[in-house]
Amino acid sequence: MSVLVYTETEDGKFKKAAFEVASYAKEVAGGDEVVAVSFNATDTSELGNYGVSKVLNIQNDKLSKFNAEAYADALTQAVKKEGSKIVVVSQSANSRYLAPLLAVHLNAGYASNVMAAPESTDPFTVKRSAFTNKAFNFTKITTDVKIVGLSQNAFGLKENQGDATVEDFSPELKEGDFTVNVESVDKAKDKVTIADAEVVVSGGRGLKGPENWGMIEEMADILGAATACSKPVSDMGWRPHSEHVGQTGKPVASNLYIAVGISGAIQHLAGINAAKTKVVINNDPEAPFFKAADYGVVGDAFEIVPKLNEKLKEFKAKNA
Amino acid sequence: MKILVCISHVPDTTSKINFTDGDSKFDTNGVNFVINPNDEFGLTRAMWFKEKQGASVDVVNVGGAETEPTLRKALAIGADNAIRVDTPATDGFQVAKQLAKVAKDGGYDLVIAGRESIDYNGGMVPGMLAAILDANFVNNCISLEIDGDKAKAIREIDGGKETLTASLPLVIGGQKGLVEESDLKIPNMRGIMQARKKPLNVVAAEEVSVQTEAVKFEKPAPKGDVKLIDPENLDELIDLLHNEAKAI
Ligand SMILES: Cc1cc2nc3c(=O)[nH]c(=O)nc-3n(C[C@H](O)[C@H](O)[C@H](O)COP(=O)(O)OP(=O)(O)OC[C@H]3O[C@@H](n4cnc5c(N)ncnc54)[C@H](O)[C@@H]3O)c2cc1C
Repeated sequence: MSVLVYTETEDGKFKKAAFEVASYAKEVAGGDEVVAVSFNATDTSELGNYGVSKVLNIQNDKLSKFNAEAYADALTQAVKKEGSKIVVVSQSANSRYLAPLLAVHLNAGYASNVMAAPESTDPFTVKRSAFTNKAFNFTKITTDVKIVGLSQNAFGLKENQGDATVEDFSPELKEGDFTVNVESVDKAKDKVTIADAEVVVSGGRGLKGPENWGMIEEMADILGAATACSKPVSDMGWRPHSEHVGQTGKPVASNLYIAVGISGAIQHLAGINAAKTKVVINNDPEAPFFKAADYGVVGDAFEIVPKLNEKLKEFKAKNA
Repeated sequence: MKILVCISHVPDTTSKINFTDGDSKFDTNGVNFVINPNDEFGLTRAMWFKEKQGASVDVVNVGGAETEPTLRKALAIGADNAIRVDTPATDGFQVAKQLAKVAKDGGYDLVIAGRESIDYNGGMVPGMLAAILDANFVNNCISLEIDGDKAKAIREIDGGKETLTASLPLVIGGQKGLVEESDLKIPNMRGIMQARKKPLNVVAAEEVSVQTEAVKFEKPAPKGDVKLIDPENLDELIDLLHNEAKAI
């Protein structure tokens, strides 16, 4: 039996999520093999550091842009060829897109938003987040082949040094795999995304207007963080919709979430429950966010944030 | 164009989440149920197609009789027909199978579902439904235009957007962005009166084997008190983040 992982690449390089799913698969596999499927990676050698023993290396120009149907077809063929019983994917936007297609092709049960290594392997039971992180749900997968959608940053990276053998893999692609055409991709380069970020710095209506976001961006810059916001902020067009965090926006699972001028309404908190450490800066000591936070500073953001930025710069310079 | 909008019946966003029966069941006591927010954006977009380009709009839910007020609300917003598949929703695949039967029988050109429902957050149904139907699929859809049998969609990706084209039949997993929030429709008195006369068909469910089973729930451990830091002493915050939380 082997455990198969979909290792995501961007511009030929593996994303952190690729190493995280490999780390997870190594733990689930016990002594068995971990097989990685990679799409147009320039160098697959790093996968061996996270427990992968075999890489199915796909090099195909038709797959240079992500295409859910074609990628799901390729992965289906890889799972069948390897006879894998467990498939692990991340919960990036692309993985969430292809996983349900893969599940139907493989007649496999799929559990999304998985937060930890399986509770039990027989029956195969995983802990998932549900109710937008307001609770956990233990889900049993009863099919022969099982798909685990691992939440970002939930398991973390575990080094498992080893040598991975690399095998070229050329899935047979059909015309039907390309009936949804990607016309263009519009993506900010060199910007950390909320999904991948270790640290997220977020601003709310308390910042009064889009012209005041410079200090939020500065903090994000210093910490290598992604920027985010509350819903009214994106609704008013101060920030792009893609930054809106919460129940109806993006989930955050970063190690650190810094909220500036955000009240902490239940819908906002639902999106950030999975963040590990939460810091709140708010001038209202009664703001509900203080009940959810680990650290809080009561005071005016316009005084505190610039000061904090200076201190963070000094800290970074010393600890570089 | 025939449009089917899948409606999930979910606890409203302010609901306190509790469990009963030894933490094996969601406690519906005192919970107010609403149309899943992601589905509401899709329903409003469907109404836009109906008004601007001509389309019929049916709504469907898989669930027991208790979900009918949610379907009636969708009728009051302007859907033409409602269908309820009479079985409790047990897992994403089971729901997708039931919906696929309705979609196939009705010969719909466009099926709009929400990218996920805010209760179980499975994010499975739209994609599984598309795969079962062998239809084109766009997830995380934030813009949709249809011209004849051609669709142009924009979807959100991590850190940006992607523009896609596909022909109908098409299934989308929709979300905020499909319409402006200010355009979301609230049922008015006339709509509510009309909805009473619109058909709500109850159809029998298909036999489907379950693939996943929710066995138990748990709430996050209660959090300790927040540590408040004096604004004049931000060095302490940095020290705590570095040494205690190991977050920077
Ligand atoms: C169906 C539904 C879904 C929703 N989904 C989401 C969601 O996904 N995400 C989301 O965020 N919201 C969501 N909301 C909205 C949510 O209920 C709140 O309205 C929203 O989170 C409030 O945003 P805010 O904290 O930025 O603004 P406010 O509530 O206006 O709070 C601003 C905060 O800033 C503080 N402040 C003001 N000035 C300063 C200053 N100078 N220095 C420091 N602090 C200051 C204030 O004390 C206040 O606490 C949803 C609502 C509904 C009905």
